[in-house]
Amino acid sequence: MNSDLLHGVPADTITRREVSYDHEGETLEVSMGPHHPSTHGVFRMDVKLEGERIVRLKPVLGYLHRNHEKLGEKSTYLGSIPYTDRLDYFCSMTNNWAYCIAVEQLAAFEVPERAQYLRVILAELTRLQNHASAVGFLVQDMGASGTPLMYAFRQREKILDLFEALSGSRMMCNYMRFGGCRVDLPAGWLDQLKVLMNGFPAFLDEFEKLLVSNEILMARTQGIGEVSAKIAINAGITGPMLRAAGVNYDLRKVDGYGIYPRFDFKVPLGEHGDVYDRYMVRVLEMRESVKILNQAIAQLPEGPILDPKAKLRGFRPKAGESYGRIEAPKGELGFYLISDGSPNPYRYRIRPPSFVNLTVLEDMCLGANIADAVIILGSVDIVLGEVDR
Amino acid sequence: MLAGGILKGLAVTARNFFESFVSKERLTTVQYPDERLPQIEATRDFPFLVYDGPDAMAGLRCVSCQICEKECPPKCIFIEKSTDRKPDAAGKLQFYPAKFNIDISVCMSCQICVEVCPFDAIKMDVEFELATDDRFGGLLLDKQKLAKSNEYYHRIHPTEANTVDGKLAAARAKVAAAAQPKPQVAAPAVAGSEVKA
Repeated sequence: MNSDLLHGVPADTITRREVSYDHEGETLEVSMGPHHPSTHGVFRMDVKLEGERIVRLKPVLGYLHRNHEKLGEKSTYLGSIPYTDRLDYFCSMTNNWAYCIAVEQLAAFEVPERAQYLRVILAELTRLQNHASAVGFLVQDMGASGTPLMYAFRQREKILDLFEALSGSRMMCNYMRFGGCRVDLPAGWLDQLKVLMNGFPAFLDEFEKLLVSNEILMARTQGIGEVSAKIAINAGITGPMLRAAGVNYDLRKVDGYGIYPRFDFKVPLGEHGDVYDRYMVRVLEMRESVKILNQAIAQLPEGPILDPKAKLRGFRPKAGESYGRIEAPKGELGFYLISDGSPNPYRYRIRPPSFVNLTVLEDMCLGANIADAVIILGSVDIVLGEVDR
Repeated sequence: MLAGGILKGLAVTARNFFESFVSKERLTTVQYPDERLPQIEATRDFPFLVYDGPDAMAGLRCVSCQICEKECPPKCIFIEKSTDRKPDAAGKLQFYPAKFNIDISVCMSCQICVEVCPFDAIKMDVEFELATDDRFGGLLLDKQKLAKSNEYYHRIHPTEANTVDGKLAAARAKVAAAAQPKPQVAAPAVAGSEVKA
């Protein structure tokens, strides 16, 4: 033994302790959250550990429960739109869209051409900013404190500025209406968007150079938190998490809602369903979103933005039910409405992608180290406003 | 090479660091409150009541129809309708709000009140530095605090305010044309619309 390391302690006084690697150790229960910085909000993981290994994980939800569905049943159809902004507060535009599709099915409104294009543009911008920040947060969970996240946020801020110039608010847009959109583009908005889209590939190049080939990132993410295609399908997982498991299921292609069939884009798929694949699927989806946006900007027609039949105030759809769903950045976001002919829906139910994607958290985390649980949760990309509703 | 990817990433960080000294694109931080970003025109936060003319309480466009109160999703508006009527800007006898309170601690800035108002009487403000140490009274705005002039509206949302003024002038002209046989009502209305135009 190197005597320098002993700091003057005589070597023969140190005895080697017995170390056993196969004993039945005591399990330790750790409560991660509800204010743990890795949980992206108020979410608790009740983890049972054997050493560093997770042997049980119980997600504890409901800290941000706001009675959203009951509020939806008590508000008018118009009054529910601003509440949908607050579901997944990163993606208020796509939340608006899903809700509007449900009401449009109920009332058979026709959305004008220009409004359809505006919706696609805004939804893809939402996807860009959501994926950029989701990747940033994921890398921050791995310990790259701040830098990649701030690069993502710098770009996200430009998109939010566009949202503000159009709708008046950065995050709580309250922009779409059943039958179209609320206001038309202000002067110069499209030029700003074109400038942003010209610069976006450069940002993606830089972002990929920063992270994609990083050895630490690969070591931390590859083979971690694997979900097989079978489990993913059985659990109802959607969005980038399902596609990372290799299942080709994107509602933009499957349903072709709105005017998505007109655009030429690919759906990136993973092979392993691990954290790295989920991360890469998001990175690649951003490239496809830029492609869709460029096509939509080029084709954007003139015309009205709201169906003249659409009645916003005092709107009473005839009795019936409808389910409107879209491919939100986090997965399939659906709104199920039952109307009894009154100004409020009789039943208002949300199928939130982050909540459903969270159901396999324990399957992904069992056997992993506790530090991996943090990045597995980060790779699910949850927003607690939507999980708890 | 083992650390190739890491070095590549560090090169990006280094580039960002050095370019932040010369490029606004790389250093986007704004030193609030010393520096402020220019206001985006469509920005909204809390509602205010528009009035025409010099007297805030007499010139309120609100006729106390209470549609905003009904439609407000979080129900933060409280209106008490007047029992008497007085002439509005177009000279027509209208009710006015005896009380008009907005609790901005409840308001969620959705601007549905603005959307449903048929009289263009309620609009969205851009004032955001509203911190107060009185969380009940300080955030419950009454009619006096809510009333802001049309000139102020023009200053914060010029494009929208011009559209609204055009719409109101057209409506007044229609009222004036309909009231042609009764010039004593029409005269002040026409004069009012000229001032506005």
